[in-house]
Amino acid sequence: MKPAKAVSETVQPAAHLRLVSDRAAGDTSGIRLSGVSKTYRTRDGDVPSLRPLDFHINDGEFFVVVGPSGCGKSTLLKLISGLLPPTSGEVLVEGEKVTTPHGNVGIVFQNALLLPWRNILSNVMLPIDMKRLPRQEYLARAKSLLKLVGLEGFEKKLPWQLSGGMQQRASICRALVHDPRIMLMDEPFGALDALTRERMNVELMRIQRETKKTVLLITHSIPEAVFLADRVLVMTERPGAIAAIYDVPLPRPRSLDVMADPVFTELVQRIRKHFFSQGTLD
Amino acid sequence: MAEPKPQNAVSKMLNAAWVRPLLFLVFIVVAWDLSIRLFKIPAYQIPAPADVVAVLRSDWPELLRQCWPTTYATVWGFLLSALFGIPVAMLIAGSKTVESYVYPLLVFSQSVPKIAIAPLFVVWFGFGILPKVISAFLLGFFPVVVSAVQGFKSVDPDMVDLARAMQGSRFQVFCAVNLPHALPAIFSGLKVSVTLAVVGAVVGEFVGSNSGIGYVMQRSIGTFDLPTMFAALVLLALLGVILFWIVDRIEKLVIPWHVSQREDVIFAS
Repeated sequence: MKPAKAVSETVQPAAHLRLVSDRAAGDTSGIRLSGVSKTYRTRDGDVPSLRPLDFHINDGEFFVVVGPSGCGKSTLLKLISGLLPPTSGEVLVEGEKVTTPHGNVGIVFQNALLLPWRNILSNVMLPIDMKRLPRQEYLARAKSLLKLVGLEGFEKKLPWQLSGGMQQRASICRALVHDPRIMLMDEPFGALDALTRERMNVELMRIQRETKKTVLLITHSIPEAVFLADRVLVMTERPGAIAAIYDVPLPRPRSLDVMADPVFTELVQRIRKHFFSQGTLD
Repeated sequence: MAEPKPQNAVSKMLNAAWVRPLLFLVFIVVAWDLSIRLFKIPAYQIPAPADVVAVLRSDWPELLRQCWPTTYATVWGFLLSALFGIPVAMLIAGSKTVESYVYPLLVFSQSVPKIAIAPLFVVWFGFGILPKVISAFLLGFFPVVVSAVQGFKSVDPDMVDLARAMQGSRFQVFCAVNLPHALPAIFSGLKVSVTLAVVGAVVGEFVGSNSGIGYVMQRSIGTFDLPTMFAALVLLALLGVILFWIVDRIEKLVIPWHVSQREDVIFAS
């Protein structure tokens, strides 16, 4: 690992404030990025979006990326899902090199992006239709996922009849229905009000515990990052690079009370300093 | 979904969709009649409503017979504009190259007045139904393309990414995401197109024809038979309204989920 800036700071008192490197080097499971960079070619010349990144997300890990807006977080997500080829380096998912969409991911965006002409159940079934998997086999799974997120009885409703939080829950079901190894979430609760957001965080943690998925979540909120994550990756401003990676040694399962824990508050403070030193996090 | 308030028969009838435009129409006809009497407008300039009605009644079989060629040309012209307009819009929205080559020319061609080139069709295709169909097609084509391009382009790229990340093929993603998303815009284009197709068919008939409503209008204006001319106008308007209504019905069947149709969904559920 080569954290760019934080390494110069020598004083790292407690264990949870220490920068960490990969715990399972050489492991083929999970997600591995080696020397991955991305430069967009536009009419006005090349726009670098990501500087070469090296990191590894362990299988079943809850990995959260925080960074200022426009630091290439969404690009990272597209690289891992195979929607974009990297300019250099390679992305490995479960040991396989990613070149095209591999379908082993479920994606949740900031907007629920449910198709307004499909009811909730058939929205959740969209990946099954796209992957041409047997509909009948997955129908029960879709229904039990909807039950897991508390949307039982809403299967036949159209998206606009649901609240924002409920729509986002449905889109989480859609990301899980084809049983991918990895869940990619791009500011999934950014459009929700603060109360709903906290409840969704608790719920997401429960879903991750029950499904044991590898989760890569991108957020603007540092407390949200620390609350959810096993590890937090802090990114620099565009072109994005790794500023630091922190371990979150808080025991699971976590409740919202954990936010009062000194370990939690110190870690939030520590991460926040990255953004004060380099500018703002909006 | 509140319980509908109890209403008396009169206000219930007033709220029916067709009553208000009908009332307004009656008002216009009365105003028309009154102003003719009041300002003593001679019959060779504007005929009285009663005269128009009289012509409509006496010449009904003949007028109806003349409606068919016009309807035929309109419907075919409209169907052709939908048949070609939607794929052309798909190509324009799907490829920057196609867009840069085709779109400016399309706009350019649209600025050429159809009435000016309609005689050309007579030269090329004679006096049959074909030049009228082509004229209706040319007028109806453009609104379909413009609306459909806008519809296809307004798809959320994240939504397309989402479907692509599920390994959906281009065609699958198009059918599941892009096409349904574009349908409301396509239908608004089709509605404009169908009314313009009527105009196109009549323009075709003006230039060279011995049948159709356009021909009736041309002939009656030549003999200062204004009541017949107005009767033809009424039929033409009716034709436009009926075709528009048919497209509107189809829209309600095809996209019941859309915001503009939402009230129906609530009441249906």
